[in-house]
Amino acid sequence: MSTLTHDESTPARTHLRTLEAEAVHIIREVAAEFERPVLLFSGGKDSIVMLHLALKAFAPAPLPFGLLHVDTGHNFPEVLATRDRTVAEHGLRLYVAHVQDYIDDGRLVERPDGTRNPLQTVPLLDAIGANKFDAVFGGGRRDEEKARAKERVFSLRDDFGQWDPKRQRPELWRLYNGRHRPGEHVRVFPLSNWTELDVWQYIAEQEIELPEIYYAHEREVFERGGMWLAPGEWGGPRQGEALQRRLVRYRTVGDMSCTGAVDSDAADIAAVIEEITASRITERGASRADDKLSEAAMEDRKKEGYF
Amino acid sequence: MTVLLDAPVEKDTEVAGLLRLATAGSVDDGKSTLVGRLLYDTKSVLADQFEAVERTSRDRGLEQADLALLTDGLRSEREQGITIDVAYRYFATPRRRFILADTPGHVQYTRNMVTGASTAELAVILVDARKGLAEQTRRHTAVSALLRVPRVLLAVNKMDLVGFDKDRFHEIEADFAAYAGALGVEHFQALPVSALRGDNVVEPSADLAWFDGPTLLEYLENVPVQTEKRPDGRFPVQYVIRDQASDYRGYAGTVASGHLEVGDPIVVLPSGQRSTIAGIDLLGRAAGRAAAGQAATLLLADELDVSRGDLIAPADAAPTAVQDVVATVCHLSERPLNVGDRVLLKHTTRTVKAIVKEISAKLDISDPLAAASAARAGAGGEADEFDWDDEAPATHSLTANDIGRVVLRTASPILLEPYAADRETGSFLLIDPASGDTLTAGMSGDPLGVFS
Repeated sequence: MSTLTHDESTPARTHLRTLEAEAVHIIREVAAEFERPVLLFSGGKDSIVMLHLALKAFAPAPLPFGLLHVDTGHNFPEVLATRDRTVAEHGLRLYVAHVQDYIDDGRLVERPDGTRNPLQTVPLLDAIGANKFDAVFGGGRRDEEKARAKERVFSLRDDFGQWDPKRQRPELWRLYNGRHRPGEHVRVFPLSNWTELDVWQYIAEQEIELPEIYYAHEREVFERGGMWLAPGEWGGPRQGEALQRRLVRYRTVGDMSCTGAVDSDAADIAAVIEEITASRITERGASRADDKLSEAAMEDRKKEGYF
Repeated sequence: MTVLLDAPVEKDTEVAGLLRLATAGSVDDGKSTLVGRLLYDTKSVLADQFEAVERTSRDRGLEQADLALLTDGLRSEREQGITIDVAYRYFATPRRRFILADTPGHVQYTRNMVTGASTAELAVILVDARKGLAEQTRRHTAVSALLRVPRVLLAVNKMDLVGFDKDRFHEIEADFAAYAGALGVEHFQALPVSALRGDNVVEPSADLAWFDGPTLLEYLENVPVQTEKRPDGRFPVQYVIRDQASDYRGYAGTVASGHLEVGDPIVVLPSGQRSTIAGIDLLGRAAGRAAAGQAATLLLADELDVSRGDLIAPADAAPTAVQDVVATVCHLSERPLNVGDRVLLKHTTRTVKAIVKEISAKLDISDPLAAASAARAGAGGEADEFDWDDEAPATHSLTANDIGRVVLRTASPILLEPYAADRETGSFLLIDPASGDTLTAGMSGDPLGVFS
């Protein structure tokens, strides 16, 4: 864990102290009130920040819960390397649910477009059920997408992992209600009130290590649906989609089949922050094909138990 | 953009890096337009979001992009054309980060406004300049006062539709000042704006040249946020951190209010054990002091039996444990609250069983002062029965959105303090033990001063 070396009195950064304290409060509430929490960890920046906060919340004691990764089978190798290094460094327990296993034995069918993000829901819910996880930390932020603006910090899911906007509990003051019936679980979002910029400012301040693909690098890519996709075992490029070498970086990290790179020469954190500040497009708009399907795409997936 | 208000700067206030505000008003008042305008003009709306709004606006045959669409979240709301829940919006200027709780205005959504106001340091209430202080403006102001939101700003909108009339603005401002003052709102102010045209929202307006106050955004950027409202430290223990490898035993939690310092003699409640603070750990950094809102771990000089739900407080300024609770509540659930109900009461980090002993009065939140004075006049100072339907005493219950006074008895002691003195240690939730659902939001005592 990095020590704080920045000047605590800098007013421009006091919002990070507020957001950090709020996230730690939420994480400690869950550890205190639930039997078997788990933290969804993809190796992406939001889950890395969430883990960093969780480690701080219980230091010097070890993390009182494990990590869960839903592996689509189409992950960026750099991201998996970060995942494994982080787990080893902190002596964490990692559970992995493999989408590939489900495709291999026919429980799930590969989509024609090769996109596996929507296929994560079933393995996720199975892993939650099999391990009897009652609280699942997710790195979702309310600023990401319209349907998330009303998501609670503690989001109750029924036996089928479904989210019902009408059954969400009001959240007042600093009082979070995590009570649930057997079979139900609660998704918990400690970064609810963070924005993409907050996350990056915190990464810079705390000197948190990220997978290198978040920074500008040269990569073979091809264009599909207005995005730069990376070739790989998942199926791209198709005929007529020409590969070209470009200087790119990723703003989000997900399944390779639907996570696009953006043209960028931002090679370090300071440059990334400058780029985001000037950006005229949201990170999901820039790099997630799956949200573009329809205006209500995210709302529909959440109702089905997506995170 | 750097005009400072002439508001007095109080001790323990600062221009905080983050401001939590709640907005209230109906669609008719132009609230969604105002919020959309703030997001758009602070460049918090990005190209892809704006394109979606433009597309939808075109589909509806509008010539200009309807900024209100930026804040319509869920599909059911888009279909009904109303905001039915609390939505959180984020925007920033170089000066400050903002978390905006956007709450609906109609009476059947009072509970949503209560939710949004519970964490707000500022309430922005919209009023249509043509209509003045409407019933719902009075209700929004009363809810803000009840929840003890420290500051209330009245945005007098649609000034363009009253010809930017100075006298009209001052008339509304005076009505508001009288009402907010009577309700005990600590700080209040009124601003003229036109959300649709953008007058005095982010940019000053030539048509409002007579107004010498700030723009709405200037106000938001400069309004003081008081982080520490009183000195006495209140530290509800959230989690006990034990590490055998380093022989570490610390009590983790968030300072609810006041501050605590290394060397302070403390008492652990409700057990009454005493010790001294030997160390304070602020997320990996040793500190001499922890203040309201900070996530901290306290190390004590003595080995005591301390667990989640206990309260650490200064030995010479500790609260008294109570089991009989009189509170003002807002009922949130579709399931009514009845006398005799057995519930769970969640207060800070402690959850205890409780029984509803009395529901003694219901309050007309649209005009609590008139209701209270009528009751006092009618019952010789006895407020218990005001606004109560005596014909049906058996229906002593609260339904969703009702504000009322309840008496509770808890199975074990809690360290509840008057809400008027402390929002964190004065608030609680009532929870249905069967479903786990949140039933009621409670505020200890009589924060509006209308029940006594």
